[in-house]
Parts: sequence; C-alpha cells; structure tokens
Amino acid sequence: MSIVNYATREITCKIVYYGAGRSGKTTNLQYIYAQVPPDRKGNMVSLATQTDRTLFFDFLPLDLGTISGFTTRFQLYTVPGQVYYQATRKLVLQGADGVVFVADSQSRQLDENIESMQDLHGNLAEHGIDARTVPLVVQYNKRDLPQELLSTIDELQDVVNFRGVPDFPADALHGPGVFETLRGISEIVLKRLSATQSTPR
Amino acid sequence: MTASRFRFDTYVVGSANRLAVGAARAVAEAPGAVYNPLFIHGPSGLGKTHLLAAIGSHARQLQPSLQVEYVGFDDFVEQFHASVSAGEMETFRRRWGAVDLLLLDDVQFLTGRRELQGELLRLFNALQGTGKQVVLSSDRPPQEISDVDERLVSRLAGGLIVDIGAPDYETRLAILRAATTERNVQVATDVLETIARLQLPNVRELHGALNRVVAEQSLAGRRVTSGEVWELAGSKGVPPEVEAPRRASDGTSLGGEYASFLSDIASAVAASVEPWKSRLAEAIAYWRGEGFRTGVLERAMQLGAAPDIDALLGTFTAAVEHMRQLERHAVTVDPLLGGNEVFRDPERIDDAEALVDRALAGDTPPPGPDPAFTRQGFESAGSNQLAARAADAVVAEPGARYNPLVIHGPSGTGKTHLLHAVGNALVVSGARRVACAGAQAFIEELVGALQDGSVDRWRARYRGVDALLLDDVHFFAGTERAQEELFHLFNELHGQGRQIVFTSNVAPKDLTGLEDRLRSRLEGGLVVSMQPPERTLREALYRRWLSGWGVTADDELLRYLGERPANTAREVQGTASRLREAAAQANVTLTLGFAMETLEPQRRASLAVPRASGGIDAFLLNEEKIVWDWPDVSGRVIEELR
Repeated sequence: MSIVNYATREITCKIVYYGAGRSGKTTNLQYIYAQVPPDRKGNMVSLATQTDRTLFFDFLPLDLGTISGFTTRFQLYTVPGQVYYQATRKLVLQGADGVVFVADSQSRQLDENIESMQDLHGNLAEHGIDARTVPLVVQYNKRDLPQELLSTIDELQDVVNFRGVPDFPADALHGPGVFETLRGISEIVLKRLSATQSTPR
Repeated sequence: MTASRFRFDTYVVGSANRLAVGAARAVAEAPGAVYNPLFIHGPSGLGKTHLLAAIGSHARQLQPSLQVEYVGFDDFVEQFHASVSAGEMETFRRRWGAVDLLLLDDVQFLTGRRELQGELLRLFNALQGTGKQVVLSSDRPPQEISDVDERLVSRLAGGLIVDIGAPDYETRLAILRAATTERNVQVATDVLETIARLQLPNVRELHGALNRVVAEQSLAGRRVTSGEVWELAGSKGVPPEVEAPRRASDGTSLGGEYASFLSDIASAVAASVEPWKSRLAEAIAYWRGEGFRTGVLERAMQLGAAPDIDALLGTFTAAVEHMRQLERHAVTVDPLLGGNEVFRDPERIDDAEALVDRALAGDTPPPGPDPAFTRQGFESAGSNQLAARAADAVVAEPGARYNPLVIHGPSGTGKTHLLHAVGNALVVSGARRVACAGAQAFIEELVGALQDGSVDRWRARYRGVDALLLDDVHFFAGTERAQEELFHLFNELHGQGRQIVFTSNVAPKDLTGLEDRLRSRLEGGLVVSMQPPERTLREALYRRWLSGWGVTADDELLRYLGERPANTAREVQGTASRLREAAAQANVTLTLGFAMETLEPQRRASLAVPRASGGIDAFLLNEEKIVWDWPDVSGRVIEELR
C-alpha cells in the first residue's frame, strides 16, 4: 500500500497494534475510539469471541480530515494475541506502515511479551521486512496495576526494547499513554513520508 | 400561495438574514407604514420566497381583513398577458390596485419587458399613493436587473433594500434541526452536524441532503450514521476541513486528546510533505470544492521536482476566471448552459469557447435565403426599378444606407424574389449569418419555442444574425408576443448596424394591427413599393423567360405579349410558360401568329393579319373587354325594330 497517494491526495497510514494475548491492544483502540468527536467517527469493527477476546482483529479507521490538502486517514488494527492465531497475525501485519508493540507490564507476563516480540520479528521477516527498519514503538501497558505485580520499565526495556525505539508507559483502560503512543508511532511513520514519497510499497 | 409552513416561526434566523427578517417583520406588522417597497434580494434557495410568504401570513394573522396577494412573477406576467389579450386591462388594474399588501416574487424577470414595466410602474404608483405595501424579491439588487426603465428602478430602490446571504454552520444546523422537528423525524445529532458541515451552497440543497438521509432511514429501516452522510449526499458540498468551525468548541471536552493529537499530526504532515505539494494539494482541494476539475494541478502533483508553483496556480486561477466569464456569457444566451460540465474544466477552454460560440449562433442557424432567387434572375425595369436599386444599395452597404428597407406591393410582384436575392447577395458578399424567413414561419417558430420553453435560445438565434430579412410582415398584425419579440430584435440588430429588410403587402402606414412603435421603426428606413408590371417590364420579363428557356422571340412577338395585361410577374411567367409548352407540343417555333392562336383562339380568324407597325391597340386584344360573339344578332335587331 502506498502511504501517500499524490494522485488522489490521500495519506493513509496503517498502524498495527501487536502484542501478547490480553496485553490491552483492543483497549487502546477502544479508548481512542471513545475520544474521536462524533462527526469523525467511523465504525470500529471488532470481531470478538463471547468472552470478549479478539477473535480475528479490530479495525478502527480514523478520518483526520484534510491536512495540507491531503485527506488523511489512519487505520488502526490489532492482531489477536493468542498463539494459535498465527496466520491472522501475519495477514494483518501485511502492508503495515508502523507497529505498536503493546507489552503487558505484569511481571508474570514477561515471557509472553518476549515470545510475542519474537513472533513479530518472525512474521515481519516472512513478509520480507527487516524488523529494524519498520517504524516501531513500544507501549508498557497496565501501569495502573499495583507496583508489586509489575516489572519495572528497565526490565521491560531490556527484554522487549533492546533496540531502543521510543517507548511509552500507559494505562489503556483509563487513557494515560494511549494517545502518546499513537502520536509517537504516527510521527515516525509520517517522517518516513519525505524519504519514501510516492514510492509504492 | 402563502403556504402555511412558510411562517416566521419556521424561518431560521442567522447572521446572514437577520436584517432581512427584521425588516420583513416590521413590514408585516405595519404594512405601508415603514419600508415601502421592501426589496429582498439574494441567491436562489436561501428563503426569499419563504420570507415573502411569511410576511403575508403574519400580516393576515394580525389583520384578517387585509387583502394580501402573493404572486410569482411568471403568474403575474401570465395574468397581465391574459388581461391584455382579453381586452380587460381595466379589470386587471382594478384587481391589483385593490391589494393592501402585494408580495411579488422573482422580479429579476422584468428584464426587457417594457410594457409590463410600464404597468408595474403604474401599479406601484397607485399602491404607494394609497399607502399600500409592496414587497419584492429578486436574485439581484434592483440596479442590476438589466433593461429596466429607470423610473421603475428608482421606485424599486426607493424603500429598503436588504439581502439574504448563505447561512453559516450554526444556522445550517439550526435549519436542519427545525426541519426534523417540523417533519417529526429522528436523525442522530452527529448526522445533522455532518450534513450541516457539508457547506452546501443553499438551504434547498441542505434540505435535499437531509431528505436523502431521512429517506435512507425510512427505506432501510435503520439509523444512518454520520459516516454515511458524505456518501448519501452524493459527494455534494465541500468536504469537512480540518479547520472546521466546530473544532474549537468540542476540542476542550470530549475530543481534547484527539484534538491535540490531530494538531500534532497536522504539523507532522505539514513537515513531511514538501511545501509545494502541500500548496498544490490545498489548491486542488479548494478548486474541487468550488466545483472545478483540477487535472492540471493533479498531474503537476506527481512531478518529481517542484514546478513554478506560483505561475502554475496563477495560470490555473486565470483559466478558472475565464471559464466563469464564459459561463456567464453563455447563460445570457441560453440559460440552460449554466452549470454545463465544460465550464468546470479549465483544460477545456477551447470546448467552452466553442460551446459559447455555438450558443451564440443558436443550435440551428436561422433559415437562410433560398438560393433559387438571385439578383440576376430578378428583372428590374419600370415599376420595380426603385425597389431593385434600393436592394442593390443595401447589398453594397448593408446596414449603412437604407435600414430597414421595406418593400411593399401586391402579391406576385416579386417582393419575395427580391428579398431572397438580397439575402443571397449578402451571403456572397461575406455576411456570415443571414436570416431570411417568412413572417408566418417566424411566428410559428416563436410559438414552438414558447411551447418547449426555448424562447431564449430562439431569440439568441435571431439576435446573432448579420442581416434579418422578413417576408410578409403584415402577418405580424394582431400578434402580441411576436411583435414584442420583433421589436426587441429590431432594436438589437438596428443598434448594431445589421441590415434589416421587410416585405409587406401594404405600406407600413396602412398596416393595421401593428403597434405604433414597430410601425414607426418600419418607416424609419426606406419604404419602396413594387407595382404590377407595366408594359416595359412585361416585355422585359417575357424576353428574359423565353430566352432563358432557349426560345427565340422577335420584337414583334414581345411587343404583342407586353401589351397583354398582367397583374403580377407570376402571371407573365405563367403565360410565357404556356406558350413555350404549346410551341414545343406543336413542334413549331414560337411566332406572333402562334402566340395569338394559342392565347386568343377565337380571335385568330378576324385578326389573322397583324398591322404593319405600331402594334394592335391593346384594348382590342383584351378578350375580356371585347364581346366577340354576339348571340343571335338578327333576333335582337328584329326585336328592336318592333
């Protein structure tokens, strides 16, 4: 997908929220969705199981209106975190302009985070993308939980952000950090515009 | 037509119409006392009619005895014409003079209707003189209504002139809410907001967009969401911009985080997109919003390097302006051309110009002269020499010497021939469009155009000609609209120095049923008459036709034929043709003897031998005047002897 289409004067960014099961990816999207003024709201598509787990993926189109003459749209996706949805994750990741890795800050979920990050790298590699070049930010979610349950930011940085990409502590349920994360990834994605202008990807 | 839903309380007041509504209320509450006349103008679809009707219903509510008349201009014209043709002008004047509050809609159509303007002027004077109120609406201020009597303009402008502008976002929203309440339909608030934000040019279209949403809801049995509005509205209006007026108001509460995110993204985008592309994209978005195609700019957008962006945008703007001018021009010729697709694409200037040219020329050119009638084929001698010379002068200097040239004379004297001959000669000498038609055909065309509503185009067709040649103008006698049209056409062409030639069976001064203003114009040029051919012309005509057919005729024969009376050139031609055929049948050469035998078989015996010279006294040759066969002469003599 082309991020900037000069013919139609559109900027379209596909951002994928990646992470282990129950790390709070859908919660991120839901919070964003709730903040969008009614006249800008598209439909948030969520395919969830009866226990409210993401079965397939969530899709939130954000119509940002016309910016500098460009109709700007963000498309936010989540992948299903559970291990057995490997094929879906790979599919959703296809054509992503940026990835938000949502890590669960609970110390008992550390391994899941590591596993998911490896899964991300693997899937990107299968799409022929070097994980080091794709715009990526990390979010340490659930910082609102009691301290004793949480890994420290340093610990998390060591295991899921060894590359030192921008990272954000967050409480997706209540909002802190959600837009900071989205802003972080958006800016990196848009910065790449100047470099990759009008080259189809 | 003061429809009950057109009231003040259903009229949404915003900054763009506050003054107009205030004045309207004042007038409704005290008709004739304040602003008189009240003149409301503004673009179509912004509620002028609503306001007029609201004045009417409010005034009537306050004073039930008040005689209120709302009338659309077309209706008024219709009634005026009906009264004129029924000869009931007095009734018409009495009826309208008795009105206490006159609401006249769409007076911009006054343009060019002189009689009507006169009548209106009289009516306004009568009404205002007795303290009655007049309220008018138009799509433009009085001074801009073209071709209107100065006195009337000053009357129209004499009271208060207020304009109605396009509603702002909040007013649009209020209008939509009022509409949903009035119609008792449920539409989600955010949907209404989205519709209001479409920035449709007028209220009518705003209602249209709401109608589509309501229809969709009732047909599909579900609520329409704001996301679907854009699609339902058929991509009308201007897409919402980032700097939409509402952002500030909701940016603080619910969408606070979102708004600040948005502004960060905006600066990120602005920083990442090259400035020239950004300028181009903004120009594209703007011009598309204005309804123009932006192909040139879109292609420039895909260039690798920055073009001369100022020059490009400058050229584009100039092209758009040119298109707008062309469109305005085209509309004056044919109102149907307004909004034509071609005027929306600055890359199609050539097409647009061609369209305007075509429109100017009319779709079909007016009827031209019949090539069969040439000046060479027109015999001029004696009685028609003056007409022929005048015709030659007209051809030599069209529009300069004799304008109009009116040729009159009895039927069959060659007026039509001469008229078409002039037309053909003008074409030969370079006139591009020469209209040459019979008056009856002209009137027929007008009626046809009235019937299918293409009068403007019809009119343009004739107004674009280089010369107008009308045959048999006496057929205009007794017509109304045709005379009016001819009058305007005449003035238009005459003012531009285009040649006009008319023929008629009687002199203009004797034309009954023709308006004086038209008659005086007919007489303003040169009036020449054509008389039945006398002997010299008859001889010349016989010589021309016979020799034209390859029949040799000696002088004696021609003299004989010339002596034969004939009222028209057509009759002469008929006789010549008869002789030729008879000679051909008998297989003899045409001689005097043969001619006499053919034309006057009874006389052959007695007058077989022609006199040596001087010809026969024409009186003796006239069969009708001489009794050749006396019945039973002997019986009568005996009778008288008794």
